[in-house]
Amino acid sequence: MSWLDFFRGQRKPDSSASAAKERLQIVLAHERIGRNREDFLPKLQQELVAVVARYVAIDPGKVNVNLDRGGDMSTLAIEIELPAPAAMRMAAGAR
Amino acid sequence: MAQVVVVTSGKGGVGKTTSSAAFATGLAQRGKKTVVIDFDVGLRNLDLIMGVERRVVFDIVNVISGEARLNQALIRDKRVETLSILPASQTRDKDALTKEGVQGIIEELSKDFDYILCDSPAGIEKGALLALYFADQAIVVTNPEVSSVRDSDRILGVLQSRSKRAEEKREPVKEHLLVTRFDPVRVERGEMLKLEDIREILSIPLLGVIPESESVLKASNTGTPVIMDGESTAGQAYADAVSRFLGEEKPHRFIEAEKKGIFKRLFGGRAA
Ligand SMILES: Nc1ncnc2c1ncn2[C@@H]1O[C@H](COP(=O)(O)OP(=O)(O)O)[C@@H](O)[C@H]1O
Ligand SMILES: [Mg+2]
Repeated sequence: MSWLDFFRGQRKPDSSASAAKERLQIVLAHERIGRNREDFLPKLQQELVAVVARYVAIDPGKVNVNLDRGGDMSTLAIEIELPAPAAMRMAAGAR
Repeated sequence: MAQVVVVTSGKGGVGKTTSSAAFATGLAQRGKKTVVIDFDVGLRNLDLIMGVERRVVFDIVNVISGEARLNQALIRDKRVETLSILPASQTRDKDALTKEGVQGIIEELSKDFDYILCDSPAGIEKGALLALYFADQAIVVTNPEVSSVRDSDRILGVLQSRSKRAEEKREPVKEHLLVTRFDPVRVERGEMLKLEDIREILSIPLLGVIPESESVLKASNTGTPVIMDGESTAGQAYADAVSRFLGEEKPHRFIEAEKKGIFKRLFGGRAA
């Protein structure tokens, strides 16, 4: 408490506890659904990469999967780095 | 038939052992024949909190492995006649506990006791699973803090899916929320989760709110369950919670910050 707060007396609640509540509500909503189910993300990533690899030569190490669990909406972002055009042509030509 | 009550939380250090000792003592003080079992094999502590550490001869693992009879391992409390303690082992690991072994102990204790309290270890592994497996009721100990609330939610999921009652599709384990280490001043300042928020998130009936209190440490120093300290806020809050557990109506106390005068605000006042 700073000295200013002291003279102000009762303060308005700051936001850290309400942030805690909000974060808990979101994460628990997701965890409750997923509780009795296996984590599907690793498999999803594997299968997606396999599909893309059928069309483009990709480096499996250059696949990024990001999930953002939101209250109303979640986003799953899968970023696959494609090789440079030269390398792609070579891969296509080799077939 | 005894009621089996697990005191659990998922997270460690939230007050399970403190609460187990208080509840067991409180139930026994009201004439209920009560035994409290320490399931924290490897990290025995209930004996210290109950003040019986110097009287431990055998423990739960000795009983399960057949090295001692249950009666030899039970320690009868010297302050409250109807109270007994079954200590955990300090030297063995948690794999020494088996479901069959625990079942045998609970069946035998059921003949002589009204309440069997199980003080769960932290985590959601073997020791914690065994502590809750046979439960009829669960006291979920939660601090007003994000990780504790999340872990309580987790353990509620476990109670609803992996307890014996759940596996046998019987009436579910009766759940009670016990909020401990509650600091009304910090809640008022918005630094700590509010009681209503915790209740809303976990949505199980509130059994009690135990305030943060220096007397808990003092009680553990002397091996006296804090419920025996009738002067302390924590002791009184535990006594109220035991009353509610036994079906009495009691208003919640110690949940509002004391309005401090300028003198106290300047020089600080500490919770008793
Ligand atoms: N209401 C309370 N006020 C102050 N300290 C507390 C309170 N409840 C528990 N503690 C302290 O918190 C620590 C952990 O408590 P304990 O009962 O051993 O937790 P657990 O069994 O869940 O690991 C101990 O040091 C204990 O004294
Ligand atoms: Mg403990």
